Amino acid sequence: MERVILHSDLNNFYASVECLHRPEIRNKAVAVCGDPAARHGIVLAKNYLAKESGIQTGEVIWQAQQKCPELVVVPPNYPLYLKFSRLARSIYASYTDQVEAFGLDEAWLDVTGSIHIFGSGIEMADEIRERIKLELGVSASVGVSYNKIFAKLGSDMKKPDATTIISKDNFKQTAWPLPASDLLYVGRATCRKFARWGISTIGDIAESDPLVLKARLGKWGEVLWSFANGYDRSPVVAMGEESIIKSVGNSITTPRDLENNEDVLLIIYALSESVAARLREHGFKCRTVHIHVRDKNLFTFGVQGKLLRPGNISNDIAEKAMALFRSHYSWAHPIRSIGVRGCDLIAADSHEQLSLFTDEEKRIKQEKIEATLDTLRCRFGHFSVQRAVLLKDRELGSINPKEEHIIHPLAFFKGGKLP
Amino acid sequence: MMEEKHYCNPDKIYVSVKAVFYPDGGCKPTAVIWEDGREYEINRVTDIRRAASLKAGGVGIRYTCRVGNREVYLFLEEDRWFMEKKGTR
Repeated sequence: MERVILHSDLNNFYASVECLHRPEIRNKAVAVCGDPAARHGIVLAKNYLAKESGIQTGEVIWQAQQKCPELVVVPPNYPLYLKFSRLARSIYASYTDQVEAFGLDEAWLDVTGSIHIFGSGIEMADEIRERIKLELGVSASVGVSYNKIFAKLGSDMKKPDATTIISKDNFKQTAWPLPASDLLYVGRATCRKFARWGISTIGDIAESDPLVLKARLGKWGEVLWSFANGYDRSPVVAMGEESIIKSVGNSITTPRDLENNEDVLLIIYALSESVAARLREHGFKCRTVHIHVRDKNLFTFGVQGKLLRPGNISNDIAEKAMALFRSHYSWAHPIRSIGVRGCDLIAADSHEQLSLFTDEEKRIKQEKIEATLDTLRCRFGHFSVQRAVLLKDRELGSINPKEEHIIHPLAFFKGGKLP
Repeated sequence: MMEEKHYCNPDKIYVSVKAVFYPDGGCKPTAVIWEDGREYEINRVTDIRRAASLKAGGVGIRYTCRVGNREVYLFLEEDRWFMEKKGTR
């Protein structure tokens, strides 16, 4: 049976929520921007009036203001966006239990099983849009299709507040003329390669020889070819309120550039504490630690390494992260941002192989200390207990990654695995 | 959790509300105390639904209430009640 998949995209999400709560700026060009003092001063979202002036997400504030001098810049209010995201999800949940969030503002719904209750996919899409408008005061675009890729493509085609259908009968007319870059996972690099080979539209990808694409792009070549042809079979992952966690990570653009290993150590401790605390909160241990480094020229790299044994203790994670950093970075330039991630997760209470050569008692003590820290911080706030090393530099040490930095983007294939 | 910022808006009036809480968990507002201290009795609640208030800027559970011979909206926004300043409907 053909599936019915919806993809709902809340239009200009952050900016829409801000405009709803501030009627006085509703008719002005608005951009939600990070804090320039903390060097997060880029456009995170903008409304349609700002879009008309050519303002783009990711631009720095002054660039945006040059394009539109009367631009209203507002700081983000993440807790409010999270609330709206939850509310939207509870609307989706009344149509199906198969809801897969893609960031805060997007979600796929598999409504195949609900068409006999609520009517066709289009009817459900229209009803969902109407409810989002009335109940949340923001608008949504919904794509209706028989696979996730085309559903997402559809929701991007007509904005704001519209339903777009891409069916088996019309996908060649609707999806194929679109630029290749509109397809999920065709990024800038792939796009450049495609251009070199004379591939400019989704139709061009679809009509290429999959073996040639595979030879040139590897596994992804074939995947993109199947996406373009509507052969995507990836399921909408049913999720509760909490998504299935495949990794836990935190990253931060630091208030000032990091100049040496000491600075980095400090940040890595702060990030590792947050990662470890979140792992414990969700009952996980990680087997692999991944770090991500961006220097001030925006050159970026990531490396990962296995822990000797699975853990959720901040010291272990920090030491591994620091070792990875030391062996892979030669300080060509100062560093702008750093991320630490624990992946390859296992349940914290699963059995593990003890080692004869490590001090188990010390380890148990460490676990107890960290659990105590969690309790203290829960009762008296994050900064009630701190590592001494973080006090060496107040500016860097005063960041609180656990509560202030939420990472949103999610991988399409959970855990980065190909279908 | 990071704290949610609240917005000030002249059209959004937070009010005191008298309400009955039922044993099954439901709740019905019975009177509103306006910002000037005057109390208005709610004769009837004719509709309850989730809704956004564009005028006041916010979302919540909207109670459509009959007060005197007027129909007004009363919003429950998490744990606070608000109304829209007059001239809304």
